[in-house]
Amino acid sequence: MTISVPDPSQKHQRREHALMLALVSPALLVILALIVLPVGWLGWQSIYHDGFTLENYRRVFTEDIYWRSFALTFEISLVVTGIALLLGYPVAYLANSMPKGWSILILSLVVLPFWTSVLVRAYAWLALLQRTGVINQLLRYLDVTGEPLALVHNTFGTVVATVHILLPFMVLPLYATMQKIPSDLMQAGASLGASPSLTFARVFLPLSLPGVLAGCTMVFVLCLGFYITPELLGGGRTVMVSMLVSRNVELYNQFGAASAVAVVLLVSVLAIFAVASRFISLDRILGQK
Amino acid sequence: MDKRAESVEIRSASKAYGAVRALDDVSLNVAAGEFVSLLGPSGSGKTTLLGILGGFILPSSGTILFGGRDVTWMPPHKRDIGVVFQNYALFPHMSVGENVAFPLRARRLPKAAWPDKVRAALSMVGLAGYEERGIAQLSGGQRQRVALARAMIFEPRLILMDEPLSALDKQLRESMQIELRTLHRRIGATIIYVTHDQREALTMSDRVAVMKDGRLVQIDAPERLHDHPADSFVASFIGEATMLPVRRIDASGVALGNVLLRSARAIPDGDSLMLAVHSEKLLIDDGAQDTACNRLTGTVTDIVYQGESLRIFLALADGIVLSLRQASHHEAYSRIPPLGGSLTVTLHPEDTIVVPRVRD
Repeated sequence: MTISVPDPSQKHQRREHALMLALVSPALLVILALIVLPVGWLGWQSIYHDGFTLENYRRVFTEDIYWRSFALTFEISLVVTGIALLLGYPVAYLANSMPKGWSILILSLVVLPFWTSVLVRAYAWLALLQRTGVINQLLRYLDVTGEPLALVHNTFGTVVATVHILLPFMVLPLYATMQKIPSDLMQAGASLGASPSLTFARVFLPLSLPGVLAGCTMVFVLCLGFYITPELLGGGRTVMVSMLVSRNVELYNQFGAASAVAVVLLVSVLAIFAVASRFISLDRILGQK
Repeated sequence: MDKRAESVEIRSASKAYGAVRALDDVSLNVAAGEFVSLLGPSGSGKTTLLGILGGFILPSSGTILFGGRDVTWMPPHKRDIGVVFQNYALFPHMSVGENVAFPLRARRLPKAAWPDKVRAALSMVGLAGYEERGIAQLSGGQRQRVALARAMIFEPRLILMDEPLSALDKQLRESMQIELRTLHRRIGATIIYVTHDQREALTMSDRVAVMKDGRLVQIDAPERLHDHPADSFVASFIGEATMLPVRRIDASGVALGNVLLRSARAIPDGDSLMLAVHSEKLLIDDGAQDTACNRLTGTVTDIVYQGESLRIFLALADGIVLSLRQASHHEAYSRIPPLGGSLTVTLHPEDTIVVPRVRD
């Protein structure tokens, strides 16, 4: 015959679980209030308007304006990511290979613009790029061009300003990854007879790829949802997805349509993260490791 | 001269980092095919010297010659030397085979010739058939072997090694030391080996260069270094010696406290002298030793059992403490008195090493 005796250790464990739950509950509440509820509300709005409807999604996937806007957004994001990589890699490489003092200076210069508002930086680019802006005046003064160049109020201006604003998100993960490549691997490459370019191509570059993937994912994803630079520097001709959202709300008062666009964008971003995380841990993309 | 090996000549090389002289006017000649160790405590400049030989560090002054050619300003990838790094520096994203083939790629050898060479290099270090393995799957000892195979596949005439065994456990380290010795004889290349482990240096090298504070203190064959140290630093660094201050009496005798010790060697001049008593050179006096031997009598203060040997601490008059080693066998046990007992030991005049004192 067996007598069931309550196990004191089990009781203790249960009490500990309850305590843990109590301790994390403030954090859970914050996440619930600031993320789960708003996003849930967004999703709800997109499918409920006097009854359930998929009309908003049908429009997103069939109407030309939406298609063009999504295509343009992905195109701009790709271009911005590519340019940011081309500009950011050498900067990160330089910061990585310079002595400590210099690398701190370089990284500070990269991060410094973070402390000014995106709006201010966008207007600064406007001042530089517009018809009567600094660059056009200089070009005319030097007689390089007679007519002022259209540098802004188009896709070009949008890309320039967006690259500038997102560049730190490329440089920092790249730098973090490069820092972890042991410098004696480069010495080993050289000692084994490889020229600096071969050592770079066969050793450094492959080992820095996780940083490239992390930086590209960050920049691409952030660019997908960018709003201020295309709004200010796109001149109304470059309509990115985020602007579609704002127009649906501001001009047409169509919360349902805006929500549907936002949900599609959110799902795209999550899908990109899901694909990227197959190759590299999310912690690394988000700069936690 | 061995065609597979290259001589190395270092002419008064110095390296200064700001006010710190990491390397201070070091000159050293290494013959083709020789195995020379650079031995010294950390900060002695041995790694700096190896970096200069490898081309990773530019000397502030001085000249480096390989086989008579001036290579002082030659970049590392043109020096054609094999380097084995302290933590192996294997390329983590390549397989064992790709790592070992890297020097062949760098030398633009046709790909068809790679597999045979890789196989030969891997079997030389006892890793035949490991081509496809990843670096992460290897143990420390195996990584060490891959690094060796990679550094030797292009048959360099000079190989530099920077404490390559320091990450291995004691047993593996000792067996690798013997393997390296054998390998050196087989390939015939000149090897310059950096270590802080005196035993390792003595085991493998033809000659050992002892360094301290960026300077070369003494370079000699292991037995010369051990038995004829140049000064008290070398004497205390090599082997297990008790250093005792002594007074010079004449050209063949010193006084330790009030005991007169005779030496078969010339006693250096100067009044700051040290006696280096290696613990294996003290024998328990059983009447069988030469009457010319110096004799020291004291009280046994401690007996430490260390497996293959016993270390016995002996307090002489004047508070001087010596230690001697006895192989741990029954004969020895019966000769050692209990703690507090009196013991007389002999020190042969040939083993009575007196060196000038330098500050540590």
